[in-house]
This record gives sequence, C-alpha cells and structure tokens, in this order.
Amino acid sequence: MARINSPADLERLREEIRAKRDPKEPCIAICAGTGCIALGVHKVIAAFREGLKEQGLEDDVDIRETGCPGFCEQGPIVVIYPEEICYLRVQPEDVPEIISETVKGKRIIDRLVYKDPKTGEIAVKESEIPFYKYQKRLLLGTNILLDPRNIEDYIAIGGYQALSKVLFGFTPERVIEEVKTANLRGRGGGGFPTGRKWESTRNAVGDPKYVIVNCDEGDPGAFMDRALMEGNPHSVIEGLAIGAYAIGAHEGFIYVRQEYPLAVKNTILAIKQAEDYGLLGENILGSGFNFRVTLHKGAGAFVSGESSALMNAIEGKVGEPRPKYVHTSDSGLWDKPSDLNNVETWANVPLIINNGADWFASIGTEGSKGTKIFSLVGKVNNTGLVEVPMGTTLRDIIYKIGGGIPGDKKFKAVQTGGPSGGCIPERYLDTPVDFDELTKLGSMMGSGGMIVMDEDTCMVDVARYFVDFLCDESCGKCVPCREGLKHLREILNRIVEGEGQEGDIELLEEMAVVMKASSLCALGATAANPVLTTLRYFRDEYEAHIKDKRCPALACKGLVAYYIDPSACKACLRCLKTCPVDAVIGGKKLIHVIDQAKCTKCGTCFYMCPPKFGAVKKISGEPVPPPIPEEERALPSGTRKEGGGGGEQ
Amino acid sequence: MVSEKRIDEIIDKYEGEEGVLIQLLLDIQNEFKLVPKEAIARISTRLQIPISHIYRIVSFYNVLSLEPTGRHVIQVCLGTACHVRGGPRILDEVENLLKIKAGTTTEDLKFTVKRVNCIGCCALGPVMLVDEDYHGKLSPTDVKGILARYD
Repeated sequence: MARINSPADLERLREEIRAKRDPKEPCIAICAGTGCIALGVHKVIAAFREGLKEQGLEDDVDIRETGCPGFCEQGPIVVIYPEEICYLRVQPEDVPEIISETVKGKRIIDRLVYKDPKTGEIAVKESEIPFYKYQKRLLLGTNILLDPRNIEDYIAIGGYQALSKVLFGFTPERVIEEVKTANLRGRGGGGFPTGRKWESTRNAVGDPKYVIVNCDEGDPGAFMDRALMEGNPHSVIEGLAIGAYAIGAHEGFIYVRQEYPLAVKNTILAIKQAEDYGLLGENILGSGFNFRVTLHKGAGAFVSGESSALMNAIEGKVGEPRPKYVHTSDSGLWDKPSDLNNVETWANVPLIINNGADWFASIGTEGSKGTKIFSLVGKVNNTGLVEVPMGTTLRDIIYKIGGGIPGDKKFKAVQTGGPSGGCIPERYLDTPVDFDELTKLGSMMGSGGMIVMDEDTCMVDVARYFVDFLCDESCGKCVPCREGLKHLREILNRIVEGEGQEGDIELLEEMAVVMKASSLCALGATAANPVLTTLRYFRDEYEAHIKDKRCPALACKGLVAYYIDPSACKACLRCLKTCPVDAVIGGKKLIHVIDQAKCTKCGTCFYMCPPKFGAVKKISGEPVPPPIPEEERALPSGTRKEGGGGGEQ
Repeated sequence: MVSEKRIDEIIDKYEGEEGVLIQLLLDIQNEFKLVPKEAIARISTRLQIPISHIYRIVSFYNVLSLEPTGRHVIQVCLGTACHVRGGPRILDEVENLLKIKAGTTTEDLKFTVKRVNCIGCCALGPVMLVDEDYHGKLSPTDVKGILARYD
C-alpha cells in the first residue's frame, strides 16, 4: 500500500474502496469479539468459510469478522447484509441451512431470529430487536460494520476524515474549543471536562508532551473499553491523534491490560496499518505533523488504572499513584506534561469533529453530553453492552433494554461505578443516569459497569466483596487505604459470618469518613462507597445480620443452614452422591438427612435436588428442625422411581 | 531448564529503550512461565537496574510470578457480575477437584489456579479461563468435564 500524502489522496482511496464494495452484494458479518469467542464463534466462522466454498460462493459472499455489537447474551451473533438479518445463538450445525436458505434463497429461518420471551413477537433486523431499538449506538453501532484488522473497512465508513479535517482546517486552539463546546466529559469515571484537561496540558510548560489512552479497564463488571479497543481500534487512534495535535504532543501511548489479549493484538495491528498508510508517524497526510504511538501492556494491577499510577507503569515502575497536588497535565509521564483519557472518551473525539460540537451537545442532559456505554450484567435477562444518551433512566436500561430480571425474581439493587461506586435501590430506578445524578445518590458513573442484583443477593456480602477486592488491589503506599480496608474487611467478614457486634455499623461509618478525607488517591478515598451506600439503603440487612444473626437473602454461608424436608424427599440419592463432604445420610428408599456437624454449607445439595421435589431447604436465623428419627426414614416402595437420578451407591 | 541464551535474546529486543522493564518481564514470564532468578540477575547486569527494583516489580504485578506455574493456568473470574452469578461456587469446585487453593499449583505442575478480578466477559458469567480458552455460563457441575480436557 502506498502512503497517503494528502487529504485528497485519502478521499480518493476512500472512493476506491467504496467502489470495490457493492452494498447490494451479500456480506456475512460475524461477531468475533471475546464474548462470542467464549461461545465458540470460531467454529461457526470455519463452518461458513467451508460451506461457502462447497457451494462455490466464496468469491461472491464476503465474510466479515467484526468486533462486539453488544448483545453477548445471545451470541454467537451473525448479521447477513444487505437485508440486515440478525441471527442469534448460531451454532456450526445451523450454517449449511443459513447458506442455502438465507444467503441463496433469501428466506428467513425463524428459529434463529430474535423472539420476545414475553410476547413471542419476532424481530428479524438488528435494529428491530428491543435490546437495540432503545439504544443510541454512536460508538458501538459501527463495530458490526468493520473488521478491526482491516484499516480499509474503517476508511470506508469515513475513518480518518476527522483527523484530516483538523490537520488542514483547524488550529489546535480551535480543536480544544470544539471539545469544550461539546462538553465532552471523561468516560473513565471522574467525568472531568476533556477540553479543559487538553487545554491545561497544552498550556503547561515543558517539552515533549505526551498523550495516553487508558485501556486498563479494571472495574469488575465493565467491558466497554475492551469492546471498543478490540472492535474499532482505529476510532481510538484517530481520536488520540486529534488530541495530540490539539495538545502539541508527538508521542502517544496506549496502555492495555494484558487480560485483554485480543485488544492488544488488534491494537498493535491497527497502529502498524495506520503507520503504513501514513496516518501515523512522520508528516501525517503531508501536513507536517508527526505523531508516533506505542502500545504498553499492563501486568495485572487494578490501581494502575489510576492516571498517575498508569504513567509510573509506562515508565517501567511499580504502578502506584503519585500525590494529587501535582497535576499530570503539568508533570506526568517522565515528569512531562501529559494528558490521559479513557478509551471511550478518545473514541468520541472523531464524532465531535465530524458532526460538530453543537450536534454532540444536543444529545444528553444539561451537565452530561453525548452517549454512554454501560455493561449491563448480573441478574438481568439481556446482558451485554448498552449505549444510550446520557439521561436515560435506570428503569429504561434495566427493563426496556435489559428485559428485566430472570426467573420472576424481585429486583433489589443496581451497582454502578465499580468498587468506587454504590448500590442503588428500586425507589431510585427512575433517576436519569448522568455524572451528577448518580453522584447525588452516593454512587458514581465510573466507567459504566451496571450490575443488576436480585433478591438472592445479600447487600452486606456485596459490600464485603468490594472491600475484599480493594484490599487485594490497594498498593499499600498510604495508611488510610491500606489499614482502613483491612479493618473494614475484618468487620464485614465477622458480620457475614454471624459474629457481628453492637457498634460495628457505627465503626464502619466512622472509618469511611477518615478514609475519604485522608487517602492518597481515589482508590482509597472512594473505597468505602460500597459500604456507605449499602448502609444508606439497606441498613436493615446489616441489622438483621448483627442482631438476629440472619441473612435475609439467604446468601451468607455463615448464617444459613440446609436441611431436607422429610415429607418432600423422594430418596433419589442425587444430593447424597454429590455432597463433597459426605454429610448426607440416607440410601435407597431411605429419606435423606443432613449431618449438620459435617455440612460445610456449600449448597451443592440445594442445587442438585430436582426442582419438582424441592426437598432441600435453605434457612437463616431460625433453628434447624431436628432430623427425622431413623425408624421413620424408610419410604414405602414404589416411590423411588420418580427420583430420576439414583442408582446404586 | 532456563536457557541463558533465550534470556539474552529477550533482553536484546528491548535494550536501549526507556521504561521497558515491565514489557520485558512479561515476555520472560510468557517464555518460562515464571520470572527465573537467573533472568533477574541478567537483566540487572545488562540494563543496570538494581535487583531490588526488579523484585519489587515482580512482586507487585499479578501476572509476574517467582514460583513456577503449571502447564495450564486456570483463572476463575470473580468480577462483580460473576460474583453475583455464582463465581465463588465455581472456584470452590475447582479447588475441591484439584485439592489446592487459589494462588497455588498442583504438585505435578499440571494446573495453577488463580482468581482474577474480571476478564471482561461479564455478560457470560460465571466465567473461567483455562489458558486461552474461555468457558462461560458455567455451573459447578461443568467444571469436572472441562478440566478433563487438559493434560
């Protein structure tokens, strides 16, 4: 490929690529993101390649391996163009039929299209599926249209147009002004205005300056950065190059956590291709602007996602945060002025340049503009990535898009903001989601994880989970975070184990205040948030654990017990055979009994007991009924067969 | 056996660049399934970095290890989404079957078990990663069959 040396060259190339691609020709787009890979999409792709070859169609039908379109729950996902027929949960066995029926015969296979579980209504096109219909997918919508390993796919849909536009039409100051007018705020969690950050870095004294992409997405339950970096790396690179031009940087870094191997691979390839095409490197598009990008892999440390810690990690040091009174915009990477933004923030930049700041600012709420991608996961029917305008209510996201809670369970809370965020109860479901509203509720936007919890989730356990997580990940540099977390963990552990004491709640609250005021970085300062919000909204659950020694959600091992209801037990032997510690006593035609002294409360018997019997009961806060006397355990003959499982011991 | 030649080859790739230590150690870890003492000494001599500094890095980051890891690395995800969907029960099952605790390796060096705080497959929780294979939507009863596929 010859280098592109001018904006006219770029447009010419774009036309050439488009001319080669007839939008009316069939194309099979298959999600090859990490989610669908986990669901076995590689076998589906191989089946398509083979099937098309067998039918002699390999030259007429394109196969496009794309990034993640978001609906992971229903993967592997296949979209057939030009009709935009969306097939879900596609297995290799389905492929020959798809080729003969849909690709050749233009007929739809009913069993593979989306069917509403409640109404039974079917949706053939991607855009008709309720999960997608209520979204506004400015960023994620392009994933299905391109193969991230092919820069020409990105160029074909208008890629690098924004870079060309600023290099030849905008002064750096005007680029910053655009981003400020658009009121783009940082998508990594803090929500700091991006334009202001760029401006301070541009105005800082020092040379060289650096720009950095933060793809160290450590928040558990969030994976939108992975989907963007994996699925459309060029959009991030283009945004980064625009930022570099605005700030006056000639070197950039993309920091990707090593837990995302596909994102690493696709980004390295994208950088290489952009260099080959003259869209990175020396004299970009003949403008005289030079910009080089290097990828750095993380080595597994949550705190490295903090901006100053991440800069330490790029320098090859331990990823610990630096004191906050020195701004990284003045003294960041190698003590030079540095600007760091999140993946999603960078990916929004080309959109703002192409469509204008006013267009961007017309989407969203007063204080939060544009769209935000959330990862909607946990106890919700349609799990996946959801992109909506800022200000969409939690209820719309969880019920209209997410399809509600599975198994007729009751919604309890939604956790947002990762370990620094909080749990929001049902009465606030109509809150419009933006940076400021979530903060008011004691939670935060964070990077966009949205974990739905139902009645089976214990809120004290959730608080303990996050504290445990942060205890592992605290770098240990400052005392309030290191010691504070350790003691929070100790107190929460004793509460969930049934050893909670009077005064524990007050102690938790007191420590939270100290940690917030005195920790070195945001990790420690926000570490108590999950404890504080669960205390604020679910104090009764804490009290039940401490005072009544009862876990209302029946989730905490230390406070539950299992027993077998003798009137429901059919002696099917399933629990008896699977108990890892042989705590179930019984036998053929003998009602089973749990030896409470041996039981480790792992719950295996509870899950193994066939639902039609429902004999294994889980209780909390009440005494375990005494076992049925041995002489009454024999079942009358004829009842055992119903068991289904069974067999000889 | 740790090949000194191989260590040198890996260092050669990075010599002269600033801030390469972590990337270099990741390559070493990848090659030897641990960061061998010999490698630490060699890096220290060739790149003029104090041994104490290299140890600090290796002990700070989760991926780097001073102990040998097994032929297969099992990572059980305990991110929030996996946690609420039963991730801890998957880990219990793995630990029961292999009779080791998370963070350790079986005596025959076949499996290393780790708990990982989110691998970004949240929609498919609970998830477990064996080497590079993702296994999603797991129930504890699936674990035995999955482990049997690796030798």
